[in-house]
Amino acid sequence: MARGRNRGGPEINSSSMADIAFLLLIFFLVTTTIANDKGLTMVLPPKPDEQEIIDIKIKEKNLFKVLINSADRILVEGEVVTDIPSIRQMVKDHVLNYGKDPEKSDSPKDAIVSLKTDRGTSYEYFIGVLDELQGAYYDIYAERVGLTNAEWRELASDLKDPSNKEIYDRGRGVIDGEITIPMQISIAEPTKIGGN
Amino acid sequence: MSKFKKKSNASQDIPTSALPDIIFMLLFFFMVTTVLREVTIQVQQRIPQAQELRKLQRKSLVKYLYIGEPKKPEQFGQEARIQANDVFIDTKDIIMWVTQEKDKLDEVERDQITISLKVDEETKMGLISDVQLQLREANARKLMYSTPQKVIE
Repeated sequence: MARGRNRGGPEINSSSMADIAFLLLIFFLVTTTIANDKGLTMVLPPKPDEQEIIDIKIKEKNLFKVLINSADRILVEGEVVTDIPSIRQMVKDHVLNYGKDPEKSDSPKDAIVSLKTDRGTSYEYFIGVLDELQGAYYDIYAERVGLTNAEWRELASDLKDPSNKEIYDRGRGVIDGEITIPMQISIAEPTKIGGN
Repeated sequence: MSKFKKKSNASQDIPTSALPDIIFMLLFFFMVTTVLREVTIQVQQRIPQAQELRKLQRKSLVKYLYIGEPKKPEQFGQEARIQANDVFIDTKDIIMWVTQEKDKLDEVERDQITISLKVDEETKMGLISDVQLQLREANARKLMYSTPQKVIE
């Protein structure tokens, strides 16, 4: 009888296993932060001395000018704007004008968005405006291929997949390797009026 | 009668033998999805939120610069400073820092280095612009303004 009972071998009491696991879990919860690798991406222009100095004439009407002064007041195309999200529609109208309105861009290819700040502008407003400017372009791209803005950005983050790349190129209107709707956002050197 | 007795005799214990497994699964999830914080951030980091975020593909190519007012103003002053790894650096040191970070990467990937800027919302654009100019000089042109996702109500 007694032999039969012991056949399973000695049992280890595993009731404290959960507690040990909990301790480890809590340790990891406390000591780690979920890595945030998201943000607004940008590519800076090359070194100033590497660039050839060419006098490129840009038509005034192709430029969409956004200025932020040191008091964080925003001027878009010469008009004061207090509602930042409204900039998005203005950019879209400007880019997709195709020469209709004589004061806006000739074609999306010519359209340039210029964002100029002052040295005293706070970063918060810069990000707020840049977000809307980039968002306007993402909206345009996404609409062309029938996706939502978020889906477009998800897709644009992974271009290794050929089907994603194809949609990405279609959205940006790539014809013979030339992008017909390039995202041309220029961040100008800040002015020094506001000091700092 | 006997029917009732049988029911009351039934064991009411919830089997807990699967509990450690469940906890271990949670543990592994957290171990995989998180990274240990490598640096102690010594500047204030109230990062403004944005909507139109893009994800970065290769985390190993990303290097971080933290910019903001020092957390200990009595020691480091109230001017916004740049923190790279664990030390404060000046704008003129950025080129050197980028070169050092590039050396750590594989030779073929050096041009793809991405600088992630984590900037406090009250920082002035003058400093950011100086940093950008230095990054252009250092030929680290891929840049990301790291921000959390804005929650839309």
